Amino acid sequence: MIFKSKLLNEDEVRRALTRIAHEVIEKNKGVDRLCFVGIHTRGISLAKRLVDLVEKFEGKRVPMGILDITLYRDDLSEIGLQPKVRETRIPFDLGGKAVVLVDDVLYTGRTARAALDALIDQGRPSRIYLAVLVDRGHRELPIRADFVGKNLPTSKSEVVKVKTLEDDGEDAVELWEVEAS
Amino acid sequence: MSESATPSFPKHLLDFRDWNRRQVESLLETAQMMQEVLARPVKKVPALTGFTVATVFFEPSTRTRISFELAARRMSADVVSFSGATSSTTKGETYRDTLRTLDQMGIDAYILRTDAAGVPHQAHRWLHKPVINAGDGWRAHPTQALLDAFTLREKLGSLEGKKIAIVGDILHSRVARSNAELLPMLGATVVACGPATLLPGSLPGATLTTSLREALYEADAVMVLRLQKERMEKGLLPSLPEYIAAYQVNRERLGWAKPQAPLLHPGPMNRDVELEGTLADSAQSLVERQVANGQAVRMAVLYHVLVGKS
Repeated sequence: MIFKSKLLNEDEVRRALTRIAHEVIEKNKGVDRLCFVGIHTRGISLAKRLVDLVEKFEGKRVPMGILDITLYRDDLSEIGLQPKVRETRIPFDLGGKAVVLVDDVLYTGRTARAALDALIDQGRPSRIYLAVLVDRGHRELPIRADFVGKNLPTSKSEVVKVKTLEDDGEDAVELWEVEAS
Repeated sequence: MSESATPSFPKHLLDFRDWNRRQVESLLETAQMMQEVLARPVKKVPALTGFTVATVFFEPSTRTRISFELAARRMSADVVSFSGATSSTTKGETYRDTLRTLDQMGIDAYILRTDAAGVPHQAHRWLHKPVINAGDGWRAHPTQALLDAFTLREKLGSLEGKKIAIVGDILHSRVARSNAELLPMLGATVVACGPATLLPGSLPGATLTTSLREALYEADAVMVLRLQKERMEKGLLPSLPEYIAAYQVNRERLGWAKPQAPLLHPGPMNRDVELEGTLADSAQSLVERQVANGQAVRMAVLYHVLVGKS
């Protein structure tokens, strides 16, 4: 893959997350019954940041869980490589909660679809929101995000890489091009 | 979707000859994730939707079959059961013809138990489909060894340098053979113990001894095997009381092992024969935990054998 450009730097990522946190609080009319669930891997780091930001703004720490969608993928009967099954841990009752699902990039919508099924198997939230740092288009399913850090039109041959301090040592969003083989 | 792929896995589990330590450890990690699925209110995931799995048991078994069938159903696979004892094999059909007949019905994977050793290997060659050995003769019972390893690791942490004693009828035990193959791969030392008539000439992976004290001395865990009554009829044992006097694992003898050394038994158990009855219900016993873990381990095996092209 060839590096093309940096789409968001550290400050821009921070501002985008800060705005999302404010929007979540506003839309939910406070933090009552609010919780966050991060999707592996970068969604978890982003969800942690949002929980911290919500606490900073509202003075209350809301619960957070982590979700692995591997066992809910719709392509397990046809893929070549075997994806690793990772931890799912939702240490609170989802019943009646307003859940903010957090992922790094919204692309085809298939991860979000799988995440909705995985979440609903764990309980019955009163509603589910979707928050993503980047929406890059090219949806294959009727799914949209409620909170978006940045809309970035891309081509299908490009790859959007979200980096986080926790997983990659820096906060950034980068655009890469897949090499023609 | 972000990829985090596991090492590639053999598309069969006949024994551990084609598996390496990394693959086994990765499988045990997946089993840990399956435990979480089993702890949910909805104990079912769609991972194997569209796959059809056949349990083909030419030898009677209830618990292993139920454990496999539940594991497959919890992964959303369709399951068909073929029981050799009640089906066409009693009418003279060969293993090969039976399996080929089933293969025409679009089975994606076979879980096979046979009284003859080596049939799962043959079946793997005949069918070109994933085959999971659920026990073949005295040779191998790999999912039992995996669930034992999983249960031991849950209790002891890493098995590196740990001494595991296996006591009982080693000669006729596929459980002993599979554990002797698997546990050393994970760093453990295996000592197998029984009367001379019930020990094999050699057991790759394990040290053999007729001394129970030597086997249990400083052991980190003790695995007790079922003593089958028909061994007496074949003259391999003089009498039950004599076996009990020399080889029953009781509270006093368990004291030779490390304090609180966990106790395992693959079941079904003969209380007060190979094991002092009350020990099976003591805090040291992991017998029920083994059964519970069996399902998670078999879910992991199905996942690794079925998902992804080799």
